[in-house]
Amino acid sequence: MTHATGYNFAYLDEQTKRMIRRAILKAVAIPGYQVPFGSREMPLPYGWGTGGIQVTAAVIGADDTLKVIDQGADDTTNAVSIRRFFARTAGIATTERTEAATIIQTRHRIPETPLAEGQILVYQVPIPEPLRWLEPRETETRKMHALADYGVMHVKLYEDIARFGRIATTYDYPVLVNGRYLMRPSPIPKFDNPKMHMSPALQLFGAGREKRIYAVPPYTAVKSLDFDDHPFEVQAWDQACALCGATDSFLDEVVTDDKGGRMYVCSDTDYCGRRREAQEAAQ
Amino acid sequence: MYVAVKGGETAIDNAHRLMAEERRGAPATPELSLDQIAGQLGLAVDRVMTEGSVYDRELAALALKQAQGDVVEAVFLLRAYRTTLPRFGASEPLDTAAMAIRRRISSAFKDLPGGQVLGPTYDYTHRLLDFALAEGGDPAPAALAPEPLDAAMPRVADVLGQQGLIEDNPAGDESPGDLTRQPLNFPAGRDLRLQNLARGDEGFLLALAYSSQRGYGNTHPFAGEIRMGNVAVELVPEELGFAIEIGEIAVTECQMINQFKGSKTRPPQFTRGYGLAFGRSERKAMAMALVDRSLRAGELGEDATSPVQDEEFVLAHSDSVEASGFVQHLKLPHYVDFQSELELIRRLRAGKEAAE
Amino acid sequence: MSAPLLRVKDLTRLYGARVGCRDVSFDLWPGEVMGIVGESGSGKTTLLSCLSARLEPTAGSVQYDVRGQGLTDIYIMGEPRRRMLMRTDWGIVHQNPRDGLRMGVSAGANVGERLMAVGARHYGDIRARADEWLGKVEIESERLDDLPLTFSGGMLQRLQIARNLVTHPRLVFMDEPTGGLDVSVQARLLDLLRRLVTDLNLAAIIVTHDLAVARLLAHRLMVMKNGEVVESGLTDQVLDDPHHPYTQLLVSSVLMP
Repeated sequence: MTHATGYNFAYLDEQTKRMIRRAILKAVAIPGYQVPFGSREMPLPYGWGTGGIQVTAAVIGADDTLKVIDQGADDTTNAVSIRRFFARTAGIATTERTEAATIIQTRHRIPETPLAEGQILVYQVPIPEPLRWLEPRETETRKMHALADYGVMHVKLYEDIARFGRIATTYDYPVLVNGRYLMRPSPIPKFDNPKMHMSPALQLFGAGREKRIYAVPPYTAVKSLDFDDHPFEVQAWDQACALCGATDSFLDEVVTDDKGGRMYVCSDTDYCGRRREAQEAAQ
Repeated sequence: MYVAVKGGETAIDNAHRLMAEERRGAPATPELSLDQIAGQLGLAVDRVMTEGSVYDRELAALALKQAQGDVVEAVFLLRAYRTTLPRFGASEPLDTAAMAIRRRISSAFKDLPGGQVLGPTYDYTHRLLDFALAEGGDPAPAALAPEPLDAAMPRVADVLGQQGLIEDNPAGDESPGDLTRQPLNFPAGRDLRLQNLARGDEGFLLALAYSSQRGYGNTHPFAGEIRMGNVAVELVPEELGFAIEIGEIAVTECQMINQFKGSKTRPPQFTRGYGLAFGRSERKAMAMALVDRSLRAGELGEDATSPVQDEEFVLAHSDSVEASGFVQHLKLPHYVDFQSELELIRRLRAGKEAAE
Repeated sequence: MSAPLLRVKDLTRLYGARVGCRDVSFDLWPGEVMGIVGESGSGKTTLLSCLSARLEPTAGSVQYDVRGQGLTDIYIMGEPRRRMLMRTDWGIVHQNPRDGLRMGVSAGANVGERLMAVGARHYGDIRARADEWLGKVEIESERLDDLPLTFSGGMLQRLQIARNLVTHPRLVFMDEPTGGLDVSVQARLLDLLRRLVTDLNLAAIIVTHDLAVARLLAHRLMVMKNGEVVESGLTDQVLDDPHHPYTQLLVSSVLMP
C-alpha cells in the first residue's frame, strides 16, 4: 500500500494531530467530559464520521492494525470508505477481525467479541451533548455539567415510564461516567451499554461537526441511568441468528419478501462469520 | 438462503466511475475549461471562494467543475483542501479606504466625495431572458469614462465618524481568533462572529437578514456604503519587520448604518453592521452586514427576541458544509437504531393490546 | 430561636443611575411570613429577585442560615451551592405558573423533579410522593400523568406550589401568587397557602400589590415606594394604624374587609 501523494501520514499534519492528542489526553483525564477541540474540515462530510476519523488519525501509528465498522458490519459502504481512507493516507494494515485490531473505529455498535487491554475503540459521534434535547443552549448545558445538575435527565426517564410503562430510550442511552459526568455513548443500541462498563480497552469519542472529544479510560465505571424499581435492561430477541445461530448477539431484522417474511441475522458480521467458520470446521 | 450483503468496495468504485461519466456529459460537447468557468461563471467562483474561505479563482473553478456546478459541494471541496494548507502568517488588516474602486454606492447620501460609481451590476437590468446570449457572440465594448475616478474615495462611515455621529470601530489591535483552528465557544467575540458569517451559507444569511427586515428583530438599516474593487494584501514577515505587499484581492464590502436611540451607557448615534466577501458578492456582503448588526443586540442593550439576534442559533447553523453533511448523513445506514426502535414499538403495542 | 433564617443588610440594586431598590435591611425568622407591598414600579420585584439569588445586588448582603453552617452570604457561596439551596431548601413561586413549571411533562414529573435532582431514584416512591403532594394542593390523583397544558390557571398555580414544597423547603419566595386568577379561585388558593404555611412551619416572603392578600398571609409587612422601604412592622399595625403618608394613601384607597 502506498500513501496518497501530497498528504501527510494519516492525512492530518503533525501540528493538528498534536492538538487533537492534547484534547484526547484531557478527555482521558476527565472521563466523560466533553473537551472542545479545533476540529478540521475533512475530505469526508460532517456527520459521516469526521470526528472519529480525526481521533483515529491522531492516535494511529505505522504499526497499527485498523478495523472499521458501521452498524456492526465491516462491509457497509461508509465503513469501507473510511477504512480505505486510512489505507490510502497511512498505508496501515487493516483487518475485519476484532481481536486482531489495535484500533477499531465504529459507528453505532460495539463489537460482540470482548475487547482487550491495549485496544482503542473510536466512536463516531453525531451529537455529543446528552442534555441537548432538554436544553438547546450550549452555555446552559455546560453549566449543568459543571454543577452536575442532571435531575432533568431523570425527569425524561420518569416521563417515559409514566407514559409507556418503561423507559423508551433504545439507543444513545445516557450513561454516567465514573460517577460524575453524564455522557452520550453515541447512537449505539442500549444492548451495547454494558460493554462500556469497566472495559479493558480505551474508548475515545470524536464529534467532528460539534468539535468535541471525550473518553472513557480503561476500567472505568459506566452506569446507564435508571430507577431502582425500573432497572436498566437490554434488548432481547425471541429468535437466534439465522446464519450462525447466536442467541447472545444484537440481531438485525432483514425483510425477505413483501408478504411479511422476516429473518434475523447478527449485526456484527465478523462475529457471525467467524462462528460459521468454526461450525463448518467442526463438521 | 439469505447471504449478508457484500461488495461495498466495488459498488463504491462503480458509483464513482458513473459519477465521472455524468459529470463529463455528452462526449460530443466540448469539455469546460477552468478558464471558462473562472471567466464566465465568475460570480459562482466568487461565492465558492468566499464560503470556501480560500482566495484562488482556479481552485474554486476546479471545485465547481468537479461538483458539476453544485455550489455547496464545491465549497466543501475547497474547504477540505484548505485544511491541508500550511499557514505562514496573518496579513495586516485590509485598507478598504485605499481600494481601487470598481463599484461604490451609498444609499445614505445623494452625492459624496468620489461620487456614486455604478460599475458592473445587474441592479437596473430588466430580467428578460436574453436569447441573443444563447447564440453567443461578443458583446459591444463597454464605454470608457471620460476621466479616471477620483483618487479620494472616503468611506461613508468614516465621513460620519468625523462628526461623531456613528460609533467608532473597536480598536482591534488584539489579533483576531480563527475558528478553523480553535472551536467556537459562546458567547463568541465579534471577530469570530464575522469570520463565521463570512464563511456562512449565503442562502441562510439572506433569509435571516430578510427576517430582520420583516419585523423579526428590526435594525433600521441604511446601506451606508457598498464598495467593490481590488485591495492590497500586506504581510509583515518576521525577518523584515515591516509590511510588504504580497498581492491584490477583489472584495465587496458593505457597511450598514443602523439607527440607534442610545442606551443608559451610550449616546444616540448610528451603529454599524459589517459585511465583507471575496470578489463580487454583494448580496452576501449585505446580508452579512444585517446579520452582524442584529447579533449585536445584546451588546447594545436591545431586546433580543428573534432568531437573527440569537448568536448560538445563527452561528451554530450558518455553515453549509456542516449543515449539508449532517442533513445528508441520514442516508447512512441506521438499521441498528431503527431495529432498536422497531423492537420498542412492538413491545409497546403488545403491552397496549394486553392491557385492552 | 437563636438566629434568623435570612439576614438582609443594606441591600441596594441600581439599574444604571435608576434605583431598583435601596438600603433594605431586615431579618426573617423561621416560620415567619413577610409581605412586601407597594404599587408597581416600587421595587418589590427587584428586591425579591435579589433576595432569591436571581439578581446580584449592587451593594449590601443577603445571608441565609445554611443547614449546619449558619448564616452564609448567598452571593459569595458559589453557584453549585446556590443551586443546591434553590432546589432543596428554597422554593420560588412565580406569578405566572408557566415560568415555574415544565409544561411539556406530566404533573407527576413536575412535582418529582426536585426529588430526582437531589438523588431520588425509586420511580414508585417518587410517583407516590408526587401523588401525595397533588392531594395536598387539592388536585385529583387521576391528573397525575396529565400534562399541565390541560390544567386551569388555579390548578397550575397549585401544581407550582406542590412542585416547590415537595422537598420541604424552609423558605419560599412568592411573587404575586394570586395575580391573574379569578376572585373565587384566589380565595381558595389563599386558604390553601395559609394552611400549608402553618402546617409546614414555612417561612415566606410574599410580594403583592393586594393588601387583602398581605393581611391574610403575612405576619409582618414592608411597604415600598420608589425602591425604598417607607414603613414596616406587624401586619395589623401597619394596615390599621399606618404612619407613613404613602401607607395611609395605600390603605385608604382599598376597601378593607
